Amino acid sequence: MSDSDLQALVTTLTLSGVTTLVLLVLGTPLAWWLARTRQRWSVAVEAVVALPLVLPPTVLGFYMLVALGPLGPIGGTLESFGLHHLAFSFTGLVVASTLYSLPFMVQPLKDAFGAVGTRVLDAAATLRAGPWDRFFSVVLPLARRGFLTAITLTFAHTVGEFGVVLMVGGNIPGETRVLSIAIYDHAEAMDYASAHVLAGGLLATSFALLLAVYAFNRLYPAAHP
Amino acid sequence: MSLVARFRLDYPGFCLDVDLDLPSRGVSALFGHSGSGKTTLLRCIAGLVHAPGGRLAFDGEAWQDAGHFLPPHRRPLGYVFQEAGLFPHLSARANIDYGRRRAAAPLEPAALDHVIELLGIGALLDRRPDQLSGGERQRVAIARALAVRPRLLLMDEPLAALDHARKQEILPYLDRLRAELDIPILYVSHAPDEVARLADHIVVLEGGRALAQGPLADTLARVDLPIRLGDDTGAVIEASLAERDENWHLARVEFPGGSLWLPDPGLPPDQRVRVRILARDVGISLTRQAGTSVLNQLPGTITAIADDGDPALTLVQADLGGAAVVARVARRAVAALGLEPGRAVWLEIKAASALG
Repeated sequence: MSDSDLQALVTTLTLSGVTTLVLLVLGTPLAWWLARTRQRWSVAVEAVVALPLVLPPTVLGFYMLVALGPLGPIGGTLESFGLHHLAFSFTGLVVASTLYSLPFMVQPLKDAFGAVGTRVLDAAATLRAGPWDRFFSVVLPLARRGFLTAITLTFAHTVGEFGVVLMVGGNIPGETRVLSIAIYDHAEAMDYASAHVLAGGLLATSFALLLAVYAFNRLYPAAHP
Repeated sequence: MSLVARFRLDYPGFCLDVDLDLPSRGVSALFGHSGSGKTTLLRCIAGLVHAPGGRLAFDGEAWQDAGHFLPPHRRPLGYVFQEAGLFPHLSARANIDYGRRRAAAPLEPAALDHVIELLGIGALLDRRPDQLSGGERQRVAIARALAVRPRLLLMDEPLAALDHARKQEILPYLDRLRAELDIPILYVSHAPDEVARLADHIVVLEGGRALAQGPLADTLARVDLPIRLGDDTGAVIEASLAERDENWHLARVEFPGGSLWLPDPGLPPDQRVRVRILARDVGISLTRQAGTSVLNQLPGTITAIADDGDPALTLVQADLGGAAVVARVARRAVAALGLEPGRAVWLEIKAASALG
């Protein structure tokens, strides 16, 4: 593997790790709200969350590029504060990936939270546990399968993104050049050997990761409330 | 010393509207058919449902009033759910310790051991909820609720999810708890036999409203309540065991106003017993009968007559001189015998049973 490929690998892992963390923090309350709310318009939120599943990544990437660029609402606002806009930057890539991978975090968590049920939460409340305490002592252990699935899918999905990165991030080595772009470059340059190394590596790693998660979930089935 | 609750909740198709003043001693039953609002009322009292504008005070402490709502985890209560609601990821012992670790003044270890022994769950503590039977789960749930040393215990149909055998398995434990614990219990049930056995005070709920509330014996003996219990209509009398006839396996119990022979419940002498007399087991005659198989004939005075669900039948309430019984008799018999309030009659009690 060449130095530039190694650099792309590091960028990819960093991007996926940061995106997963950001989504864990943002997606958990969102999934909790979706699982619990009785508000009718929550279905609209649910549909928005699911959009990245069906939208071509280039559509999402295009709008993100416009929004994050120097003339867009986000990038423009940043510029007016004397900051740099986010197009073709690592931060911009994190923002775009967060949106792009949102359903992979939110949907498994929402299902897991829904399966926890209200009875054990009511029981915890009558046993002196406040709301945060209930979340950490009851919801988290009962939803751990959901968390594992959500984290794995989010991470793996971010590793595999291409269209959004191409639109928002460009191809700046060490900043926004990720593995999928590197593979594309190798293939373009007819360097199939290098492309094979990266593509095969991604394939094997993704398979191993998913296999591990599903095996874990099979071996340690969630206790049913 | 009481629980004062006033709630109004409007749901589509259902409205809860109650104003209660319950004693803070003994077992108060919230009794009604399903859909009468008894569980919703219990959840309002626990704070699991927030009824805006409601008021709730326990022993003079406001748990809810205008602009103030104490969240459930700050209320000094214990709650036993219809389906145990044990934490599936924790052992029975860890379930019991969950609330104990968080409570400001939990049960002392010795007192907890006593509760565990009382409920007969000592051998089950290392098991997970999915390794327990329904009855065992419910007993663990009761211990878990008691371990926080609540000042008020709420029980939402704790036996409803169990089959008859499991019910019979738990009832004696509830009896013992009632006798040994010095905390008020609010007990939600739709089963007349449970209420007759456990409750001291009863609130009859129907369509979200309290139809009647009062001491158990007085309220069960009322014949003017529109709630119909069918074959379960009957009175409850507090009595004590006076003598036994071992030849015939009978025991005589005494109560203010008389005494009754009934199948020997196998209890020690002088033991307090609660005797249930179903309306269908009581007949009325104008004179004392000779040559009858009926074990008990007691003189009494008719106090009220009311319609029963069946147009051929009426419910007649009679006073035995301190205790009330209810008889179900044919409307024609009422007319033929000239039965009316104030009339002295003989009550033929074909069967009575000791509860607990």
